Amino acid sequence: MALRKPPLRDVHADRGATFTEFGGWEMPVEFGSIRREHTAVRERAGIFDVSHMSEIEVTGPDATALMQRLTTNDVTALDPGDSQYAAITDAEGVIIDDTIVYRLPSADGAEPTYLFVPNAGHDGEMSERWTTHRDDWGLDARVENTTEEWAMFAVQGPDSPGLVTDAIGAVPDIVRSEATEATIAETRCLVSRTGYTGEDGFEVLCPWSGAEAVWNAFVDDDACQPCGLGARDTLRIEMGFLLSGQDFHPTEEPRNPYEAGIGFAVKLDTEFVGRDALERVEAEGVDERFVGIELLDRGVARHGYDLTNEAGDRVGHVTSGTMSPTLSKPVALGYLPVDDADPGTRVNVVVRGEPKRGKVVVPPFIDQ
Amino acid sequence: MFEVPDDRRYLESHEWITTDAPTRVGITEFAQDELGDVVFVELPEVGDSVTAGESFGVVESIKAVSDLYAPVSGEVVSVNEELFDRPELVNEDPFGDGWMLELDAEVDGADDLLSAEEYREQIE
Repeated sequence: MALRKPPLRDVHADRGATFTEFGGWEMPVEFGSIRREHTAVRERAGIFDVSHMSEIEVTGPDATALMQRLTTNDVTALDPGDSQYAAITDAEGVIIDDTIVYRLPSADGAEPTYLFVPNAGHDGEMSERWTTHRDDWGLDARVENTTEEWAMFAVQGPDSPGLVTDAIGAVPDIVRSEATEATIAETRCLVSRTGYTGEDGFEVLCPWSGAEAVWNAFVDDDACQPCGLGARDTLRIEMGFLLSGQDFHPTEEPRNPYEAGIGFAVKLDTEFVGRDALERVEAEGVDERFVGIELLDRGVARHGYDLTNEAGDRVGHVTSGTMSPTLSKPVALGYLPVDDADPGTRVNVVVRGEPKRGKVVVPPFIDQ
Repeated sequence: MFEVPDDRRYLESHEWITTDAPTRVGITEFAQDELGDVVFVELPEVGDSVTAGESFGVVESIKAVSDLYAPVSGEVVSVNEELFDRPELVNEDPFGDGWMLELDAEVDGADDLLSAEEYREQIE
């Protein structure tokens, strides 16, 4: 099947980006050096094209009820312009996907409108899930897959507030997790103070037609480095943030939010698909936990590598790993039995058949 | 265009070997560019033997892991230990300071090796 292309695919190619397939999309993986891009975000600022992320809009009288019943967090806590992280779980409480739910800015008293952002390639499945459940429950809500209408850029790093101030012509009056409408390069955008890097940062949604103008309003080889998905991955691993499909997957890595370390996004006092199962998990406790691992020996941990205890018995596996560009140390994320998951516990990562010494740590790996 | 020096020979898997002593082995500029930022190199020890066409080690970049293949058979007489602390030398100077092994080996007569011109054609 042909890969989906973000609106600026050719703009990135002209800049020398190399590409990778991600979630069915052809996306820039690096613009020259993952290490340079990573460092730019930690020390100054960088911009990522994340237009492969899905967007689904939910409106209508029962929009709140529909969102509440299909996400684990409490959407009624959102004021206009707020956003929240949530999981989407099946009836057994297994994470199907994770998402940011925005309640879009609107006039006082207006009916809530939601935009949620599932991961790349999940837009078809999620819009079908929403419409099927809406129909089953007889709710009055409109569900619209707007993935190919919205481009999305992430401007991340300590200098990002200044860049956004320059782009919108005013200091962005939003704190973490808040969103506002703003005009950038004559294009109406939704600007939110969110991100996936651990740095202060903003995510900008704009129509595909305005994507190039908005991208160009930020990109600057010195002040705002264009970054690819390679640096996005190393940055999020340093923070211990989950990657959908890799750190959890409904069939290959079935995990509930408590195992995956995102129990904070589960509100058991709301009604949602999977709630009863998760109430049992919460009461009984989990068998395994999502942990960080710092390698003490040389070597790079990769997805799928076994974790063994000091006796050499296999006890878990790595779901994500990299050489941390910030620490110049190999770091990994994975799952371990609760008894082996305490910080400081010695664990081996089996790198191409060789056990490399490591220890359990609580992410993030860097001080943020 | 990637540099392909004429004073050495090449494998299709992008390793080079010098034809004059010392007989050094490394990876090409094209290979390091494909890999991206190199973060780790795993090499044999002095005194180990390597076999033509078989893996002698591993080079890892942030995004990928690749086996390294020996252009010829021989004994390892020196290992570039600087790469353990500065693997980025493979990116910065793949034909110079980024060398990996020195071998006690016979390069002449290794008919599977490509000339610089043949390797250039492969990566064009």
